[in-house]
Amino acid sequence: MSTINQSGWKPEMGSAGETAPATYTGNKALMLEEALIFEIGTAGTTGVDLADAPKVTSRLGNLARHRDIGLPGLSEPETVRHYTRLSRQNYAIDLGFFPLGSCTMKHNPRLNEKVARMAGFADVHPLQPVETVQGALGVIHELAHWLVTLTGMKAVAMSPKAGAHGELCGILAIRAALTARGDARSVILCPESAHGTNPATAAFAGYAVENIPATSEGRVDLAALKARLGPDVAGVMITNPNTCGLFERDLREISDAVHAAGGYVYCDGANFNAIVGRVRPGDLGVDAMHINLHKTFSTPHGGGGPGSGPVVLSEALAPYAPLPFVDKDGDHYRLVEEENAGEQHGSTFGRMVAFHGQMGMFTRALSYIMSHGADGLRQVAEDAVLNANYILRSLEDVLEAPFAHSGPCMHEALFSDNGMAEGFSTLDIAKGLIDEGYHPMTVYFPLVVHGAMLIEPTETESKATLDQFIGAMRSVVQRAKTGDPMLKSAPHYAPRRRLDETQAARKPVLVWREPEQAVAAE
Amino acid sequence: MRYLPLTPSDRQAMLGVIGAKSIDDLFADVPVEAQLDGPIRGLPNHASEMAVERHFSNLARKNMTASHTPFFLGAGAYKHHVPASVDHIIQRGEFLTAYTPYQPEIAQGTLQMLFEFQTQVARLFGCDVANASMYDGSTACWEAIGMAGRITKRTKAVLSSGLHPHYVSVAKTMAQYTGDTLDTALPELSPVTDSARLLDAIDGETSCVVVQYPDILGRIEDLSAIAAKAHAHGALLITVVTEPVALGAIKAPGEMGADIVVGEGQSLGVGLQFGGPYVGLFACKEKFVRQMPGRLCGETVDAAGKRGFVLTLSTREQHIRREKATSNICTNSGLCALAFSVHLTLLGEKGLRGLAELNHGLAVQAADRLAKISGVELVNDTFFNEFTLRLPKEARPVVRALADRQVLGGVSLGRLYPGSDALANGLVVAVTEVATMEDVETFAVALQEVLA
Repeated sequence: MSTINQSGWKPEMGSAGETAPATYTGNKALMLEEALIFEIGTAGTTGVDLADAPKVTSRLGNLARHRDIGLPGLSEPETVRHYTRLSRQNYAIDLGFFPLGSCTMKHNPRLNEKVARMAGFADVHPLQPVETVQGALGVIHELAHWLVTLTGMKAVAMSPKAGAHGELCGILAIRAALTARGDARSVILCPESAHGTNPATAAFAGYAVENIPATSEGRVDLAALKARLGPDVAGVMITNPNTCGLFERDLREISDAVHAAGGYVYCDGANFNAIVGRVRPGDLGVDAMHINLHKTFSTPHGGGGPGSGPVVLSEALAPYAPLPFVDKDGDHYRLVEEENAGEQHGSTFGRMVAFHGQMGMFTRALSYIMSHGADGLRQVAEDAVLNANYILRSLEDVLEAPFAHSGPCMHEALFSDNGMAEGFSTLDIAKGLIDEGYHPMTVYFPLVVHGAMLIEPTETESKATLDQFIGAMRSVVQRAKTGDPMLKSAPHYAPRRRLDETQAARKPVLVWREPEQAVAAE
Repeated sequence: MRYLPLTPSDRQAMLGVIGAKSIDDLFADVPVEAQLDGPIRGLPNHASEMAVERHFSNLARKNMTASHTPFFLGAGAYKHHVPASVDHIIQRGEFLTAYTPYQPEIAQGTLQMLFEFQTQVARLFGCDVANASMYDGSTACWEAIGMAGRITKRTKAVLSSGLHPHYVSVAKTMAQYTGDTLDTALPELSPVTDSARLLDAIDGETSCVVVQYPDILGRIEDLSAIAAKAHAHGALLITVVTEPVALGAIKAPGEMGADIVVGEGQSLGVGLQFGGPYVGLFACKEKFVRQMPGRLCGETVDAAGKRGFVLTLSTREQHIRREKATSNICTNSGLCALAFSVHLTLLGEKGLRGLAELNHGLAVQAADRLAKISGVELVNDTFFNEFTLRLPKEARPVVRALADRQVLGGVSLGRLYPGSDALANGLVVAVTEVATMEDVETFAVALQEVLA
C-alpha cells in the first residue's frame, strides 16, 4: 500500500518561540532592509531607453563635461523595487491614524489626483499664450472665488508656494501698505504660542519681533497686547483657532485695537479647518490670512510638500497683492502680470515666485472643495471639532489638559506630560504610540505647555478609529506613569529603533561618499 | 458626504461623552455675530465624484496641451518625457500621504530618499552638500542671495542680465524689505553675455554674483573667471541652473568654482503643471552648511547600531530658532524631490548623458533649420537645448499666430521683458527629446508663413 504523502510534507504550526532568530539578510519577512542607490546602482546601468542622438557639431563651447558625475542608475524593475521597499518604511494617512496637531492630516481623495493629472492641467506650460490656457486660468479663478467667499475677504493672492510663503506674502502686503502711507513701523507682535514660521517670517521681511504673553486660559493676553500697541507696531500675527486648540474669542476686539493704533492683523490660517464654513475670518477684522491648501483642502503632504499657501486679503491690503493673478473679462480669463498691472494694480508689492503658483495643488483643492460644497465644508469643521473634543474629554482624566477648563477645544486637543514617572516624558509616549501602530501627535509644541502633546484627529476619522486610539493612548500613558522600562526603549517594532540625532548634528553626513578603499590584507 | 465617516448616531453618542447638547455648544467661544447660521449662501452644495470629474474635464479641454502639438517652450520650465514608473512611485500612499519626517523611526522611506536626493543634487551640481529641496528655482535663488549676505555680512548682490527675469523680480521684491541692493541689467540679443559687466562690478562690498547657466537666452559660458574675481574680493559665486538636464553635457558649476548652486528641478520627473508645484534645488560648499536654508537629512545610527536617517541641523530652522532662523521655510517640495530622484535613478549617469546628448543634437538641428528661414537669425554661438532667434518682427504676436496654427513655438522675449523694444524681436526656443524632426519642420513651415 502506498501512502499519498510520500514527500514528508505535513501541516504543522510549530511553536511561537521566545526570541526570533536573526536572519542572513537582516530582513524580517515583510520588513525589508534596502541599501542606497549608490550601493546597488552603477554608472553604466539605465532604466530608460533613449533614441540615438543625431551626430552634430557641438555648440557647447569648451564646456563639455568630462569628469564623472557619480550618478548610479538602476533598471526599471530595480528602481520600482527600491522605492517600493523604501515606501514601506513610511507611516502615512493611507495606512493609519495620523493625529499630528496643527498639520491637519486628513484623507487625500484620489479623485483629486486624477483631475490634477488631466493633460489639460498637467501638460501645459506656464508661459503659453493665455488664449491656449483658458481652462487652467478658469480653475485658478474658480478656486479664488471659493476662497474669498469662504473667508469673507476682498481678494486672494494665489501664488505663494506654502504656508510660510503665504505668511511672507501677508507681511509684505502689510509693509507695502504702511510704506504707501509713509509710515515706517518696525515691530511685529506674535503670541508666544505662535508657529515658529510667524516670527521667522516677520524677521525675514525685516521686522523686529516681540512676543505677547498668553493668559492662563491659553489665549492672547488682550490687555498686554493693547498696552504694547503703538506707532512702531506694524501689525500682529495671530493664529485662530490658536495652537492651544482654542478659539481666540477676542479677535474682533484685538483687530479693532490694532486698527485703531494704525496696524494690521495677520491671521495664521493653518487651523482654518476648524471653522471653514462656520466662521468667516473677514468678519473678525482680519487683514490677511494664508490658507494651507495642503491642510484644510486636503492636497497631499507628500512627505514634506509641495504645499500651497494662497493669502486672502482685506480691502485695505488688496491693492498691494503680488503679481501675477487671474482676472476675468467677460468670458475671457486674463493673467495680470507686470506689463498689464497698470494703474489699477500699480501698488502691487511685486512678484513672489516664477510663474503662477501651485497649479497642481489648485486643481486638487478645487476638486476637494466642490466635492464637499458649502454644506459639506461646514460639516468638515463640525466633525473635526467634534472628534477633537471627544479625544479631549476621553483622555483628560489620565493626562493633564492645561486648557480643558477654557471651554471646548476646536480642531485639536492639547495635553502636557506632567504626572509621568520620573524620567518619563512626552517623547516616550510618542515612541510607545509608534509601537501601537499610530503616528504620534505633535510633540513639544506649542512651547507654552510642558511636554506638549497636540492631537488633531481631523474629520476623516471614524469613531471606531478614535476609540481604539483612545484605548492605546490610555495604555501607553499608564506605562509612562508606572515607569515601564520597555517604554523607555520604544519603539521596538518600527523599521528603526530610536535614532541618534545628536551624532547626526555633531558630525553631519549629508551626502553619501564612497567608503575608503579597504586595504588589501597581506 | 463620501469623505466623512461619522454617522448621525456616532455624532450623537460623542456629544453625549463630551457633555454637549449640540454641535453648536462646541462653537460657543465664537462670538455669535461671527457665526454663520448655515452653509454659506451663493456657493453650490456637495457634488458627486462624477460631477466633479466632468467639470474638470470640461475645463481641461480648453487648454492646448504640450503633448498634442509641436512644442518648443522653455524659459525656466521644460517638457521632458517622464517615465511611467515615476508617477507610479510618487502615487504610492506611503510617500504621497506621509508628512515631513518628524518621527524618523517610521519615516525612513522618505528620509533615505531625501539622503539619496541630496547626494544626487550635490553631484550633479559639483558641490559638497545639498538640502532636501526648496519651493522652486526662483525662491531658492533669493534664499541663496540671503545666505551669501549672512556669510559675507555684505548686502550688494550683482545679478547677471542672463538671469531669468522672474527670478530677478522675486529678488527685487524681497530686496525692497531687507536692505539688500541688487545690481541688475537687461540682456542684449547678442552671443556675448554680460560677464564683463559682472567682473567690473565686483568689489569689496559685493556679497555675491548671481549667474544663470545656461542663461535665459540659452547661452553658456565658463564661469571660472567670475568665480576667481569674486573670491579675490571675498564675494561668493551663486550659479542658477533652470535646466538640470544640461549638466549631463556641460561642466558642473561647482567645477568652475561656484560656492552656492541653486536650480529648478522641474525638468526631471515633475512635468510642466502650468508652473507648479516645482522643486527648488540648493547645494553649496560644505563650509557654508550651517548657513543653509531648508531641511537637511543626515545619516546616523539607531539604538541597535543600524544605519538610519534623520532631519538634522534643525537649529538653523524656524521651529527651533524662530526669528533667528536662516529662513522661514517649513514645508518644502518633498514629493517633487522624490519624482526628481526617481527619474534621475532611472536615468543614471549613462541615461542622463544620453538624454543630454539627444537634447543637444536635436536643438542644434532645429537651430540650423530655423535659422534658414529668411530674416531669422540665430543669436547664440553656444547653447545646450535652448537658443534665441532674432525675428524680423516682434515675436509676441508671432507666438500667438503660431498657436493659431497649433504650434507652441517658444517664449517671446516680449512676454518676459515687456516694454523692452530692444528685446521684442527675440524668441527663445527650447528643443528637448520630445520634439521630433517632423515637429521642427512643422514649426519651421508655420514660422515662415507667419513671418511672410
